[in-house]
Amino acid sequence: MDYPLVWFALLGVLWAAYFATDGFDLGAGMLLSTLGKTEKEKQAILESFGPLWNGNEVWLVTAGGATFAAFPAAYAVIFSSFYIPLLLVLFALIVRGVALEFREKLESPAWQAACDAGILFGSALPAFLFGVFFGNIFRGLPMDERGFSGPFMELLNPYALLVGVLFCVLFLVHGALWIALKTEGALSARAGDFARRFWIPLMAAVILFVVGSGYNSRLPVAFFQNGVLLIFPVLTLAALFAIKVHLQRSSYLKAFAASGLSILLLMASCFAGLYPDLLPSRTDPAFSVTVSNAASGVYTLKVMTIVAAIFVPLIIFYQSWAYRVFRGRISPEEIGESSYL
Amino acid sequence: MDVLSLSRLQFAMTAGFHFLFVPLTLGLTVLVAFMESRYVSTGNPLYLRMTRFWGKLFLINFAIGLVTGLTLEFQFGMNWAAYSRFVGDIFGSPLAIEATAAFFLESVFIGLWIFGWKRLSPRMHAFSMWMVALGTNLSALWILLANGWMQHPVGYVLRNSRAEMVDFTALVTSSYGWLKFLHTISAGYVTAAFFVLGISAWHILKGRELPLFKASFRMAAVFGLVSSLGVVGIGDFHGAEVGHVQPAKLAAMEALWDTQSSVPLYLFIIPDDKNERNRVEAIGIPYLVSLLAYRDIHAEVKGLKEFPKEDRPPVSEVFYGFRFMVYLGGLFILLSAAALYLSVRNRLETFPGFLRLLVFCIPLPYLASQAGWIVAEVGRQPWIVYGLMRTRDAVSPNIAGSQVMFSLIGFGLLYSLLLIVGLYLMIYHIRKGPDPAGTPAPNTTSST
Repeated sequence: MDYPLVWFALLGVLWAAYFATDGFDLGAGMLLSTLGKTEKEKQAILESFGPLWNGNEVWLVTAGGATFAAFPAAYAVIFSSFYIPLLLVLFALIVRGVALEFREKLESPAWQAACDAGILFGSALPAFLFGVFFGNIFRGLPMDERGFSGPFMELLNPYALLVGVLFCVLFLVHGALWIALKTEGALSARAGDFARRFWIPLMAAVILFVVGSGYNSRLPVAFFQNGVLLIFPVLTLAALFAIKVHLQRSSYLKAFAASGLSILLLMASCFAGLYPDLLPSRTDPAFSVTVSNAASGVYTLKVMTIVAAIFVPLIIFYQSWAYRVFRGRISPEEIGESSYL
Repeated sequence: MDVLSLSRLQFAMTAGFHFLFVPLTLGLTVLVAFMESRYVSTGNPLYLRMTRFWGKLFLINFAIGLVTGLTLEFQFGMNWAAYSRFVGDIFGSPLAIEATAAFFLESVFIGLWIFGWKRLSPRMHAFSMWMVALGTNLSALWILLANGWMQHPVGYVLRNSRAEMVDFTALVTSSYGWLKFLHTISAGYVTAAFFVLGISAWHILKGRELPLFKASFRMAAVFGLVSSLGVVGIGDFHGAEVGHVQPAKLAAMEALWDTQSSVPLYLFIIPDDKNERNRVEAIGIPYLVSLLAYRDIHAEVKGLKEFPKEDRPPVSEVFYGFRFMVYLGGLFILLSAAALYLSVRNRLETFPGFLRLLVFCIPLPYLASQAGWIVAEVGRQPWIVYGLMRTRDAVSPNIAGSQVMFSLIGFGLLYSLLLIVGLYLMIYHIRKGPDPAGTPAPNTTSST
């Protein structure tokens, strides 16, 4: 078995799972004050993802841990090269986490307003910066043998900013669909309208991303070399159109499933294009971090494959069970449940 | 300051801060889960109110512990890239397993616990807290196996200019890692016990909610006595293991400069790092260091001068940290035994001074834990992986001092804010006390 390839694919799965799950709660967090017009509506939004976001975020921790275990050199070079953006992601996720958990712990409108600001900032910044992060990975960094040591501003190139915007719009639509699906009445309708309105900008961002990737990255090369891989981008487009179709019929569950799928497939397309690089060098290709020069030994990868084969299905099992426990729309009498404790 | 010193300072600060919240999480999950199980088995609403009161305090603490944990995982790659590259093959595995096998468990089930009062049956709801307890404790296991590997590397070979794993079993059965795990979780249980004892004592002094707080007090006293005996007993074995695998650390812990046999333990020592001697050594208990370290009163114990200067840890920090921790450990046994005695005799109110003392003892287990980590991590210096890689060689080569200065200041500000908010909420809810009796049970009508 080609273990490095397996782990590259698994890494893609972990990131995709992270964005498909945490993506909606980041999106819903960004929309908290835009769609939630009253305190009741805000609480409904918060309770729609309150029980689930913690578990969603662990996909990120797992993606980080898996990179460390399976591709130590990639973990070392990528995390140190993206020092400032990852630091800001950390700050944002810390603020967001405590704002979500502490919002109902004091009865004071000023405190709630401060937490709402924390949730907005803590949701928007990671969405955007993860886009910038992946944009630069797709584009490659000017590296030497130590990795990238240039200034932060160099990471804010137009292509990376574009991917940042794409991620934001994608998560906004995903989050709006979640709110439409999980709440009732005017709030649900407003969220549905928001998703309908943002579908056009989303498609615009996707098209710009495809064109931009052609000019700025080596992502498209893989698809010319192996036509079978085209299945991923084609299906991504199909899923994006499915969002629109289901939105027209206001079947939010299907539209949400389609947006989740489009995130999964978009990540699959990107990882298919990136292979065998984990972080390409824009200077000398000898400095590129690749699947072969960054992977752990076969023994370690075997052990970790067994671990993943046992635990990933188990996690999916109990996480899906949690989603099932919290199925259905948040009814008005349920609102305020979290302040119970 | 350079990248190395700033990165060390940042890691020490962020790890130390994270560990202000971890011990209470480790112990209080178990106590809250136990309280809720009592509610499920007896149906007594007192236990439900108890669960909810301590559960609320638990959640405030848990939230900060959770968000500050992510920092540590990211930091290995951000600041310690050379280390990560060198050890990732073996060290990355326990971290990745921690996420998959433990962190998911606690994160998914905490959501079920907070929001599931109406959607889960009482039994399933209590089960969720047990899963959180299992998840946090398993999480500690994998993290401490990873840390145990840094202290005493096993199961690897040096190949391709890095440490590659060749024996996973050696990694997960490392006695160093397991002793460290058991020592750490029992320290966490002590922290939770003294937290519950102190807060219950405060409410008992005020004469409020006496049945609830006396019952909490009793539970915490039992838990505290068992876990203080555990933390000291396991600590003793852990110390003996250190003597075998990290002799320079042991010498620093005991401030022993010259190699000797039949080493006595002096109750009072003032080490003088510069002149490589102790300024004061008083009240010696014969043979005790030899006995504790090697289980033999005549055993030879290596002194610090046995090691080249560049291989020795800083002595004073390690020595004082160790002494402080050990004396506090003894104090915890005495205090919890007294607490249990008075609680069983139902004579708590007759000793208000003791109750007041317990309130002031809440911070002590925190200090003991911090001191313990200073012994473990400063005592490991100058190595990041004992005997294998020096801390100074581990730092990221491609980051600038200004970046680390920025992140250090950022963490300093953000974490100060978290501490203020966390303490404020904690004190607010402690003062507020439990919900009034007669509040309807949330999940008695549930059918799921």
